[in-house]
Amino acid sequence: MSLTAADVNKIAYLARLGIDTQDTESYTKDLSGMLELVAQMSTVNTDNVAPMAHPLDQSQRLRPDQVSESNQREDFQRIAPQVEDNLYLVPKVIE
Amino acid sequence: MQWETVIGLEIHAQLATKTKIFSGASTAYGAEPNTQACAVDLGFPGVLPVLNQEVVRMAVKFGMAIDAHIAPYSVFARKNYFYPDLPKGYQISQMDDPIVGIGHMDIEVDGQSKRVGVTRAHLEEDAGKSLHEDFHGLTGIDLNRAGTPLLEIVSEPDMRSAKEAVAYMRKVHELVQYLDICDGNMQEGSFRCDANVSVRPIGQEEYGTRTELKNINSFKFVEKAINIEVERQIEIIESGGRIIQETRLYDSDKNETRSMRSKEEANDYRYFPDPDLLPVYISDELRAAVKADLPELPQLKRARFIADYKLDLETASILSSSKELANYFESLVKESDCDAKICSNWVNGDLSGALNKQGLAISQSPVTYQRLAGLLKRINDNTISGKIAKQVFEAMWSSEDTADAIIEAQGLKQITDSGAIEMIIDKIIADNPGQVEQYLSGKDKVFGFFVGQTMKASQGKANPGEVNKILQGKLKR
Amino acid sequence: MHTKTIAQLAQGLHTGDFSSVELTQAYLQRIQQYQSLNSFISITGAQALAAAEQADLAIAQGKAGPLTGVPIAHKDIFCTQGIKTSCGSKMLDNFIAPYNATVVEKFTAAGLVSLGKLNMDEFAMGSSNETSFYGNVQNPWAENTVPGGSSGGSAVAVAARLIPGATGTDTGGSIRQPAALCGITGLKPTYGRVSRYGMIAYASSLDQGGPMTQTAEDAALMLQVMAGFDPKDSTSVEHEVPDYNADLNNSLQGLKIGLPKEFFDAALNSDMATTIEAAINEYKKMGASVVEVSMPNLKLAIPAYYVIAPAECSANLSRMDGVRFGHRCSNPADLNDLYIRSRAEGFGTEVKRRILVGTYALSEGYYDAYYIKAQKIRRLISDDFNKALQEVDVIMGPVTPTPAFGIGEKTNDPIEMYLADIYTIAINLAGLPAMSIPAGFINKKPVGLQIIGNYFAEAKLLNVAHQYQQVTDWHQQTPHGFE
Repeated sequence: MSLTAADVNKIAYLARLGIDTQDTESYTKDLSGMLELVAQMSTVNTDNVAPMAHPLDQSQRLRPDQVSESNQREDFQRIAPQVEDNLYLVPKVIE
Repeated sequence: MQWETVIGLEIHAQLATKTKIFSGASTAYGAEPNTQACAVDLGFPGVLPVLNQEVVRMAVKFGMAIDAHIAPYSVFARKNYFYPDLPKGYQISQMDDPIVGIGHMDIEVDGQSKRVGVTRAHLEEDAGKSLHEDFHGLTGIDLNRAGTPLLEIVSEPDMRSAKEAVAYMRKVHELVQYLDICDGNMQEGSFRCDANVSVRPIGQEEYGTRTELKNINSFKFVEKAINIEVERQIEIIESGGRIIQETRLYDSDKNETRSMRSKEEANDYRYFPDPDLLPVYISDELRAAVKADLPELPQLKRARFIADYKLDLETASILSSSKELANYFESLVKESDCDAKICSNWVNGDLSGALNKQGLAISQSPVTYQRLAGLLKRINDNTISGKIAKQVFEAMWSSEDTADAIIEAQGLKQITDSGAIEMIIDKIIADNPGQVEQYLSGKDKVFGFFVGQTMKASQGKANPGEVNKILQGKLKR
Repeated sequence: MHTKTIAQLAQGLHTGDFSSVELTQAYLQRIQQYQSLNSFISITGAQALAAAEQADLAIAQGKAGPLTGVPIAHKDIFCTQGIKTSCGSKMLDNFIAPYNATVVEKFTAAGLVSLGKLNMDEFAMGSSNETSFYGNVQNPWAENTVPGGSSGGSAVAVAARLIPGATGTDTGGSIRQPAALCGITGLKPTYGRVSRYGMIAYASSLDQGGPMTQTAEDAALMLQVMAGFDPKDSTSVEHEVPDYNADLNNSLQGLKIGLPKEFFDAALNSDMATTIEAAINEYKKMGASVVEVSMPNLKLAIPAYYVIAPAECSANLSRMDGVRFGHRCSNPADLNDLYIRSRAEGFGTEVKRRILVGTYALSEGYYDAYYIKAQKIRRLISDDFNKALQEVDVIMGPVTPTPAFGIGEKTNDPIEMYLADIYTIAINLAGLPAMSIPAGFINKKPVGLQIIGNYFAEAKLLNVAHQYQQVTDWHQQTPHGFE
């Protein structure tokens, strides 16, 4: 399966991942290679096989509805890139 | 061209749990920014989600209340998109296997009953809040709300008018509060509604292109927004245009809808089962426990009130609109042993009036059903008249005294002794010969004068029935 | 001192032959001496000495546990509170973790002394430790040779005896492969055996943390600390933790070993085949019997893995957005610019490749053909293993196709790099436990034997590995210059 540069740019935008224009070609080549590798999956028939999301044959554990976390705002915001008035700052969001 | 409106509603109800859906942080409203966002809510590298059992119980409860299929296994999926109030860059939601399947809600509009289908209800986590305060051109994010559990209730596109949509929304609003799974506070954002609206020529089977009206947080606005949007769509189509599938916001000041973002360039959410969570299993034990915990649902209560208490639909509807009000009413009937209609009049009338004036809920009523019952008993046994009772009620409202204590203290006992009443009436007749003549000569209205004077002379305590009887006797034409 | 195993060090600490502070100082010095290997990202000398002092106090007061005072180090993928946790990436170069991973807490509670954070392939994506933001790690066995990855720093630090044991993580072979290429012992536990809380996620349904040590006995000691149910991890299993030491010396008489014919086909390097055969012979001498098993879907493990792992990681890494922690680009013009540039600057090429492939595999129109298909193949592979393990006790085979290759040799061809995962990757898809133990040398470079067990059969694996290490001494070899 071969990808075009346009495909790669579209995927990169979905993933909000900047790619330099000069690198687009090499990423396109790498990704196409990976998809070729992955295409081998079609050699086996899996019509009656159930997908396996987990090696565990288990169901979700439930936790009691009790507060167990305290306020650690100071510690958590100490490592933040930009905080003001205890809010995380980002470029203005336009709706 | 005759047009038909097609509406589907997506309601997000914030579940009233103490902690978040996937972490043990508090969900209490109004906390200082970012003081209730723990490591898991903040999406730090390495953190993992663990499911809150109360969230599951509440979802199952809702499903049972709408007669829905509850899946034995349901799966959480990641909905991937980038937004600053979404810490992990994905929202944990449910896609292919929601916890609640197909159900229904019955609504009444203009006396007609209609069944609205519910396609599904699924669990997901809420995002944080963007505060658009101007931080020198930047937006501030508060992540306290991130991780709060939401139940997203999706209706079938079965509604055909804004009125129906509002009726459905009200029904759901009432139900989630009845079930104690959501506080229904629209101002605080615990109950949010998006409407999918489209139009099509009557008789056409194919749906028209729909637009999504987002985050309308009042019943009034829902109705207005839908109506104005329908108008807009019809106008466009009739002038040869095409409806663009998009999200629109309702501007209540201008009473118009505004495009928010085009759904065509919308995100590809790339849903896949969340590998940090396992399938949720709903056991038979859980089902039984939740079922046993289900309250009598509003519509059944309403029907029972009509049948057992012989109330009319409107009265029954008002009384059954909240569990607390219904309980008060029924306790009052039992305790006072009075006619249900009288009880309902007092509850919906004087009591509700007083409560509303002070913005109190029935659970905060200073007059308990026991005290009110005491008052109704005294009307019933003729100790006081209905009119005097209102006076007594007012006194009870601002004190802790029983009706009896107040009647005693203020000397409000009704005068029922016909002899005593006769004496008062005789005096009034004697003092007002002119009015007597007017009445006897045919002016019926003057009868009221005598009643009024008698009540005045007796400080309102004369039994009205007796007064009427005696006056009628004395003023024979 | 530095050639002692964890078991020996623990013993020595208890009998007072040396103190934890002495040990810590000695290892810190050694780490300094061999800095050029670049196996450490952070060395936390002050904290280590403080912990060592506490350990010595506990020992003196008779309040110590069996491993109190033993030095170790953690792969820089485990969050360590107050200490930089980079995951080998520029994206987290400034990330001081605000909490501890459960694995780290367990080791601290058991009294072990952490000397620092170990180098690794960026976000655990790589098989040669050549994708780290902090530079390549050197294999001590040969000049300019890769140590394997992604737990390259962990493998090298143990191989060069800079620490007696280290934690690593394995998603497609990242403990076993570097262990094999560096001549040490590595164990990937059953999925769900060790808590993933605080272990920065690459592929959530495949990742497992495990010990990397000189011996199987040491691996048992470390696993004893690491294993166990964690309520903070929904994928953690409530399976009882046995005494991993108890079965080490069980006889292997009657052990049934399965050899997948797909492992031993014509593609297998002949030197490797000879080495593995010799290892199997040792087992036969100990009374084991060998049976050929077949796993017909094994060849699809690589394609399936390279859909599932990138898909999961593409979502797991979305949280790295420059908002709450980590790298943020300067002067973002708008929101999209913030995301796009922060992530472009923070992530390396291999990580970007996998995010892109993963995003593609999940995208509209491709989800069924890629992601769902891969999960179906995963079930087929898992079924193959389950079937084989009904007939045999353990499965054995090579870990890698060849010994360690040269630095830079495969960096231009990522696909070739992926194909080298052929022997290890299927095990992660099935979630089974597996070990790599030193089994010989090819061209003077170490190679490993892989032992694969049934779910939660780590005790058996350790027994099988330990017995081999009683009759061979590959595991005691140290690289020249590091004796």
